[in-house]
Amino acid sequence: MRRLAVCSAVGVLLCAGFLLAQGGAPAKAKATTPEIPFEIVANFFKTPLLGEAVGVATNSKGHVFVEVRSGETKLMEFDQNGAFVRELGVGSYGMAFGHAVRVDRYDNIWAVDEGTNVIMKFSPEGKILMVLGKRPDPLEQLALMPGGGQYSGANKPYSFHRQTDVAWDAQDNIFVSDGYGDSRVVKYDKTGRFIKSVGTRGNGPLQFSTPHAIAVDAKGLVYVADRGNSRIQVLDNDLNLKTIYDNVGAPWAVCISEGAHQYLYSSNSFPTGNNFDQAGTTGEIYKMELDGTVLGRFGKAGHGPKEFSSIHQMDCRNPNEIYVAEITEWRATKVLLRPQQRTNN
Amino acid sequence: MRRALYLCAAAAVIAAATLSAQSVASINYDANSDFLVLPPNTHLGEVAGVATNSRGQLFVYTRTGHAVATLGDERTFYHGGSRLFQFDQTGKFVKEIGQGAYGMNFAQQVRVDPQDNIWVVDSGSNQVMKFDTEGRVLLVLGRKPENIGVRPGAGIPASGGMPQGVAPAEGGRGGGGGRGGGTPGAGINGDTFNRPSDVAWDRAGNIYIADGFGPNSRIAKFTKDGDFVKTWGQTGSGQGQFNKIRGLVIDAADNIYVADAGNNRIQVFDPSMTFKSEIRNIGTPQALCLSSGTTQYLFSSNSNDPESMDNGEIYKIGLNGQVLGRFGKAGKMPKEFGMVNAIDCRTPNNLVVGEVWNWRVQKVTLR
Repeated sequence: MRRLAVCSAVGVLLCAGFLLAQGGAPAKAKATTPEIPFEIVANFFKTPLLGEAVGVATNSKGHVFVEVRSGETKLMEFDQNGAFVRELGVGSYGMAFGHAVRVDRYDNIWAVDEGTNVIMKFSPEGKILMVLGKRPDPLEQLALMPGGGQYSGANKPYSFHRQTDVAWDAQDNIFVSDGYGDSRVVKYDKTGRFIKSVGTRGNGPLQFSTPHAIAVDAKGLVYVADRGNSRIQVLDNDLNLKTIYDNVGAPWAVCISEGAHQYLYSSNSFPTGNNFDQAGTTGEIYKMELDGTVLGRFGKAGHGPKEFSSIHQMDCRNPNEIYVAEITEWRATKVLLRPQQRTNN
Repeated sequence: MRRALYLCAAAAVIAAATLSAQSVASINYDANSDFLVLPPNTHLGEVAGVATNSRGQLFVYTRTGHAVATLGDERTFYHGGSRLFQFDQTGKFVKEIGQGAYGMNFAQQVRVDPQDNIWVVDSGSNQVMKFDTEGRVLLVLGRKPENIGVRPGAGIPASGGMPQGVAPAEGGRGGGGGRGGGTPGAGINGDTFNRPSDVAWDRAGNIYIADGFGPNSRIAKFTKDGDFVKTWGQTGSGQGQFNKIRGLVIDAADNIYVADAGNNRIQVFDPSMTFKSEIRNIGTPQALCLSSGTTQYLFSSNSNDPESMDNGEIYKIGLNGQVLGRFGKAGKMPKEFGMVNAIDCRTPNNLVVGEVWNWRVQKVTLR
């Protein structure tokens, strides 16, 4: 009986977490934040994306990688003009249900797949250089089917459970946000050796409710998009909590620009479901200083041109040239910011 | 008191084992982790099996792509998930064997027999398939369950011998002795395998299947034509008992070496399947290989656990059981080993190693 009570408490928590994860809460900073004028580069990608665009990332040459949940999950490479170049990892064991793609400073491409619980590191030529995580033995998984991949908090050193994103510091240590089935941040050294993992599910300090994206700045601070808790938790390089930004809505996607002066972008994405009760309070992207100062915002919820459906990942290598991947409208978009024309309304 | 004594003795044994494992000489080696040339848009996944034939051609059995469920009637069917690639002596891709075969779902091992036939062990379909060099199917042992159960509590209940969630085929002869009243893990007198792990042959061409790392804990013997001869072994830790059999090799004198992973030992049986000896202090044997030639060497990998970067070394062992040397450690970098599941050692100083963790094949040269 007592166990039952605990179970239902857990159930309520999970349920609450799920509702929170859907976001829809207005961002506190919205009313006081100036709008940044922007343009969409129409039809930048010359090949249609035939599925949910979950990930987008650029390399140093301006090529753009888009992770798409089409018939099969695909990792597509486009050149700087949006022309399709090739597909990476075709038929790979690690690509069942993509979640994100990132490019490291050596132009290696890292594909995060929450259907196999694997992160693949591709060389610029498309060879698999390293595998993080382990795809579960399918026969052992059968007994768990059909499962929802809910939080279980196994927190294994070398296995993820629906991990969401990856980032690196200047020493090439690897940071993984993990994810739906776990609720933590994991740190590895550059050889893939486990160093540390922090986090459980919840809304306290160093607890997460769907850590959905991760970014690391030049000093090695770690920014975790704690989507279900509508906050960004900033950790130091050893994964101790440093500070929390909770005024920019539910961060589905975060990225940090390159250069001497880095900016943090966070997307308070329009949740899936196209619920227009939420459209007025979501859909915008915030531009922030790394210290949390909100500088401006752009965008609004919707499926039309110059609107954002559910932004799932962003690239902001160049702080005025943002790529966004949208899952509900099946598109990736190149966005040009015009910050010098900032209005003050 | 007696129990305490046992514990002390056990501790002493463990200490001794650790000591002796550390005192084994290191063998210098080089490794090439980038010698395979695959066709465009083809990738290795978890490498479960590697084996060379007499001409030095290399066969790689890998978990790549996906096992796909097909919605049919009220049952769910599955296919795909693993592929068998052939490479030439330099590592250049030659062809794919058995593309789309019914039983290639979860690669477990590949071996080449003295006639250069290619034997594939699949622990998803629970089958062993024999291909000739042209890719024709010559022999099939075991039968794949017709469908998979993806609704716990509904459909055909999983029963003896099948992994939980896998429905037995129509008229399924559940293996897993013990559940039907037999000896636990003994399996049945037939070819109903449960997660088989390896295959080997004696001089007469009789076939021995390691069955396996599921609830069966037995070796099954068949004639060269596939007729059942006998089965031996059961679950346990005594002589002739097994706990998760990961590999099986047979030497030129028909002695049988079994990687009894769960018991951290290799058990050696004579040709009449009588227990002969055991080899310890080699960690958890996951991949076994016997070199050819007049002096044969046994290689055994103490592969890392999937949740650890400890261990990972490979041992070179004399057939008298003496550990001659060790090399390697667990990791993801070149020259390190990630869950080695297969070793080819046709020539004892030029090995080919297949890794589950790192999705790759390394050519290892011992100095």
